[in-house]
Amino acid sequence: MDYEEAKVKVTEELTKKLKTKSKFYFNDLAKILGEKPRAAKKIVNQLVQDGVLEYWSSGSTSMYGLAGTGKQAHAEHED
Amino acid sequence: MAKHETPMLDQLESGPWPSFVSDLKQQAEVRAKNEANIEFQIPQDVVEDLLGVLELSYKHGRTHWKHGGIVGVFGYGGGVIGRYCDQPEQFPGVAHFHTLRVNQPSGKFYTTKYLRELCDLWDLRGSGLTNMHGSTGDIVFLGTTTPQLEEIFYELTHKYNQDLGGSGSNLRTPSDCIGQARCEFACYDTHDLCYNLTEEYQDELHRPAFPYKFKFKFDGCPNCCVASIARSDLSFIGTWRDNIKIDAEAVAAYIGGEIPPNGGAHSGRDWGPFDIQKEVIDLCPTHCMWMEDGKLMINNKECNRCMHCINVMPRALHIGDDRGVTILAGAKAPILDGAQMATLIIPFMKVEPPYTDIKEKVIEPIWDWWMEEGKNRERLGELMKRQGLQKLIEVLGVNPDPRMVQEPRSNPYIFWKEDEVPGGFKRDINEFRKYHQR
Repeated sequence: MDYEEAKVKVTEELTKKLKTKSKFYFNDLAKILGEKPRAAKKIVNQLVQDGVLEYWSSGSTSMYGLAGTGKQAHAEHED
Repeated sequence: MAKHETPMLDQLESGPWPSFVSDLKQQAEVRAKNEANIEFQIPQDVVEDLLGVLELSYKHGRTHWKHGGIVGVFGYGGGVIGRYCDQPEQFPGVAHFHTLRVNQPSGKFYTTKYLRELCDLWDLRGSGLTNMHGSTGDIVFLGTTTPQLEEIFYELTHKYNQDLGGSGSNLRTPSDCIGQARCEFACYDTHDLCYNLTEEYQDELHRPAFPYKFKFKFDGCPNCCVASIARSDLSFIGTWRDNIKIDAEAVAAYIGGEIPPNGGAHSGRDWGPFDIQKEVIDLCPTHCMWMEDGKLMINNKECNRCMHCINVMPRALHIGDDRGVTILAGAKAPILDGAQMATLIIPFMKVEPPYTDIKEKVIEPIWDWWMEEGKNRERLGELMKRQGLQKLIEVLGVNPDPRMVQEPRSNPYIFWKEDEVPGGFKRDINEFRKYHQR
């Protein structure tokens, strides 16, 4: 999948779900992209590098969200 | 005087063991006095506030830490764990109290100079509190603020040539035993394999794309000093295929009391003269040893590598010469589905740089399977339980081996595949209908 196309797809899908949740597992992103995990990882990494997505980590599990979304960043003064 | 009253913590100090509370108080005092004139980059009273929030948690019986966050260093999805206090007004020193995991050197070998440098950096930019070492082996830096994270990361990587470790849904910091550097039982170079895989899998270590955590651990011999068999998703345990080497003269010297057993480890008390029958032969779990004409004999085919005889008489018995590694998979602590010990998947494999067989025939096929089939927050051991050892064997392309069997089967079903059955499953429906009406 073309990177720009993937970016639009991920942004659209994640924005649609923003009302109910702001953090997603890697598997959710791979499903949206319709790619195998290894191929999806390359795109997701690039999206993080470009600041479209950001990591969230509990320490044991990692999740992804659209940069700046969700309550926590604001609550912790991290935005 | 202490900033916060901590009667419940003070009580903890009265026990017979060294107390972390005393350590925290000592560090609070060191920071308050600041005799080294450090320009603290985070609040000077961070440790006092830590004691305060801990006391409050004891009082309430609930934690006052919030879990997780978006903080990290640029490009890394692991190594930093966000921690925030939910009483920031009362304890401003620990409003941010992030943890950093620093990838420990292989076998935890470091110089005092290296330790001092790390501590100096952490005194300046963090609380000065460390955890040496976390359960995965990392050097853990406890407590700093968000603006310090990139600064610390820059100094670690540029000045000290030191990387962060793994956290989150990543490959966790690979960990190994002291290995051939100090130990004559090590059957392969644990440091080299650990370092090589750490370098090879940098992407997996720093950019999370696994369903959950994944741990490698490397033990040089079946003594399993890093407990890889119980604590890692992929456990590499050194072993040998040939015979235990026996030095008959040294055996006689142990029997004669000239060499102390266990390298003298039990010399603190007089246990009486060494009795090889009672202390070695009778304790062999497979009963594969005996004395014949005053000579120690071993039926090596029965040896299950318990290491007891070698540990007791290290100068008389030695690991064999045809050395390699046994690989086991699926151990985990009891977070979701109960604790699990690892299952043997590769009975023996030679360990030779650049370790292509280990990478391409074991690690990568397992990751591909787990990344595709694993549910969110499902460890490899749980996937193995869910889909079965049969599936893992298929993924690895290895032949089933009796040594993979852990216990008698409890599943009464056998599911054959078509190519395993002579003639297959397909039938000619017309031929069938000749004899069976609808």
